[in-house]
Amino acid sequence: MAEKILLKGNEAIAHAAIHCGCDGYFGYPITPQSEVMETLMAQKPWETTGMVVLQAESEIASINMLYGGAGTGKRVMTSSSSPGISLMSEGISYLAGAELPCLVVDVQRGGPGLGTIQPSQSDYFQATKGGGHGDYKIIILAPAYGQEMYDFVELGFELAFKYRMPAMILADGVIGQMMEKVEIKEQKPRWTKEEILKISPWAATGKTADRKRNIITSLDLDPISQEQHNIHLQEKYRQVEENEVRYTEYRSEDAEHLIVAFGCMARIAETAIDRAREQGIKVGLIRPITLFPFPKKPIEKLLPQLKSMMSIELNAGQMVEDLKVIANGKVPVHFFGRMGGVVASPDEIYEAIINKLK
Amino acid sequence: MAVRGAIVVDNEKCKGCGVCVANCPTKTIALSHEVNGKGYNYAYMANPESCTGCTNCATVCPDSVITVYRVKL
Amino acid sequence: MDIKDIIKEENKVYGKTPVLTDNVMHYCPGCSHGVVHKLIAEVIEEMGIQDKTIGVSPVGCAVLAYNYLDIDWEEAAHGRAPALATAIKRLNPDKYVFTYQGDGDLASIGCGEIMHACNRGENIVVIFINNAIYGMTGGQMAPTTLLGMVTATTPYGRNAELNGYPLRLTELLAQLDGTCYVTRQSVQNPASVRKAKKAIQKAFENSMKKKGTSFVEIVGTCNSGWKMNPVKANQWMEENMFAKYPLGDIKDI
Repeated sequence: MAEKILLKGNEAIAHAAIHCGCDGYFGYPITPQSEVMETLMAQKPWETTGMVVLQAESEIASINMLYGGAGTGKRVMTSSSSPGISLMSEGISYLAGAELPCLVVDVQRGGPGLGTIQPSQSDYFQATKGGGHGDYKIIILAPAYGQEMYDFVELGFELAFKYRMPAMILADGVIGQMMEKVEIKEQKPRWTKEEILKISPWAATGKTADRKRNIITSLDLDPISQEQHNIHLQEKYRQVEENEVRYTEYRSEDAEHLIVAFGCMARIAETAIDRAREQGIKVGLIRPITLFPFPKKPIEKLLPQLKSMMSIELNAGQMVEDLKVIANGKVPVHFFGRMGGVVASPDEIYEAIINKLK
Repeated sequence: MAVRGAIVVDNEKCKGCGVCVANCPTKTIALSHEVNGKGYNYAYMANPESCTGCTNCATVCPDSVITVYRVKL
Repeated sequence: MDIKDIIKEENKVYGKTPVLTDNVMHYCPGCSHGVVHKLIAEVIEEMGIQDKTIGVSPVGCAVLAYNYLDIDWEEAAHGRAPALATAIKRLNPDKYVFTYQGDGDLASIGCGEIMHACNRGENIVVIFINNAIYGMTGGQMAPTTLLGMVTATTPYGRNAELNGYPLRLTELLAQLDGTCYVTRQSVQNPASVRKAKKAIQKAFENSMKKKGTSFVEIVGTCNSGWKMNPVKANQWMEENMFAKYPLGDIKDI
C-alpha cells in the first residue's frame, strides 16, 4: 500500500519533484511558498537522485536558469509567488518562444504590488492570458488539494515535454500552506543522457558529428518566418485545448445554476452548494483543473439546462470574463469574490448563491 | 629570402576593413580598386613577392577570409 | 617561385577553422567580434571539444553568434546569459559552457547575474566584449563609455554628473572569491590576438578544473558606433581605451 504522509502543499511540491526524477530546481525565497526550496535543501536530493537545487539571486535569474537547463533537455522547475512571477514573466515568454518545457509553480498571494502574503487568485489573468509579452500560452494546472500539489508536478512535466512548452501549477496560499495527507509515489530515476537525446533531440547537448548544431532561441528577425513560428505555436495551443482539458464536476447533472471555481475556492464552494441544495436550489459546480486549456466544452454542454452561472474567485473578477464569453448572453453570469488576501467563507458563498442566483 | 609566402583571400566574403593591410609587416597586402558583390574593396596581394607567410593578416582578420601558405626555399 | 606553387594544401599554415561556419558574419567591417569568434572557435577545435561545448549568446550585436560557431547554443534574454550558463553547467558538468556578452548586456542590464555567477564560482567561461558602446541599437552610451565620449545618448559627450562614470566591472569581479582567472585582453594586432587566444584557452581549461569562474574581457572596437574606419578605431582604442581599461591578467589562481 502506498505511503501517506502529512505535508504542507508546498512541501508536497518539493517531495514530488524529487520523486518524479526532476533534474533541477532554481528558486528564490518568497512567502507563501518558501517551504518548497527549504524542503528540497533539507532533503538533499543531490546526494540521492543527483537533482540540482540552487538558490538563485533573484526570480529573474531563476527563470533564466530554467531556460538554460530546459535548453539542455533537462526537467527543471522553479516556484514563486505573485510578485516573483511578475519578475519571471519575461523569461516565461522566452521559454514559450523557444518552446522549452519546464515547470513553474505560482503560490499566489494578494496584490497588486507587494500586496499581502495571504492567499489570492488574482493572477488568473497573468497566468492564462500571458503575463509576459507576445502571443503565447502556457499550460495552467490549478490544484485544490495537497495531493494535487504532489501529482501535478509529474503531470506538469509530462505535459510540458509533450508539447514543448512551459507548464504552471497555479496554486494559492491556502493550498500551499495547508497540511493534508498526501500519497507518496515510488522514486523514479532521472532521465539518462541517452533518454534525453531520444526525448529531446532538439536540445543543446553538445554538437556531435552526426547532426547539425542545435540552437535554442526565441529570435527570428524575418517577420515571415516569425509569423510561421507564431502560427505553429497557435496550432500547438489548439491541440492542447483539444486534448488536455481537465476538470471535476460536483452535483452538476441536474444543476440549473452553475458555480465555476478553481483551487481552494472550489472546495469552499462545495460546502455552500450542499447548503443551497438543502434549500432546494439546484446548484452544481465545475472546477477547472486546467485553466489553460479552459474547460469550455463541459460548461457549454451544461448551458441548455442552466438559468445562471456564477464565478467565485479570490480576486476582482477575472475568470468570470471567460465564463461570459462561453455564456455568450444565453444566461446571466454572476460573480462573487474577495480580494487582497481575504478568503471567502462558505457562508458568504451561500449568501451569494441565495442573493444572486435565485 | 629563406621563406616565401602567399595568401588567398575569399574576395566575396572580404569586407575590405583594411586591418590586414595595416598589420602586414611587408606591405604585401592592399585593398583592391575593384569591389566585390557587396561593394567592398577587398584585400589582395599587391606585392606577392614580399609575402613571407607570417600569418599576421589572417590572425587579425575578423571575417576569417584569409588563408596563408608558406614554403621554405 | 610561382605563386601557384606556394598555394598548395601541404604549404597551408593558417586557414579558417572548421568550427567556424561558412556563414558571412553580419558584423560591420573590422569588428572585433569576428576576431574573438574565431579565437573561441580555434580554441574549441584545438582542444577537441566541439561536441562538449555549449555556448550562450547575449542580446546585442553578438545575438546571432550561434550562426557562426558550429556548436550547440542557447540564446539568452538580455543580460541573463550567466544564469543560463549556471544551470547548463550544473546540470551538465561534463560540458564546457561559456557565455559571450557585450558591455550593455553584461555590465548594465546583466550586472546582477554576472556578479552572482562569478561569486558562486560557477565553472564557466565568460567572454566579455567591451567596446564602450551599444552597437546593435545604434551607438548609445554603455556603462563602459569613456568620459567625454560622444554616443547617440550622450551627444555632447559622457558627463560624469549626468551619466556617472565608466564601469570597470572586470576589476570588481576579480575581488570575488568565486573567480579564478580574470584578465583583460584586446585583438587589434597579431600579438594581442595571440595573447587573447591563450587567455581564452586557459579559461576553457579552467572550467574543467573546478577552480571557479574564468572571466576574459576583450577591449574591442565599434567602428560604426565610434564613427571611425576600422584601422583608425584600433588606434583610437589604443590611445584612449587602454588608459581606463589596462590590459593584462588581474587575477590568476
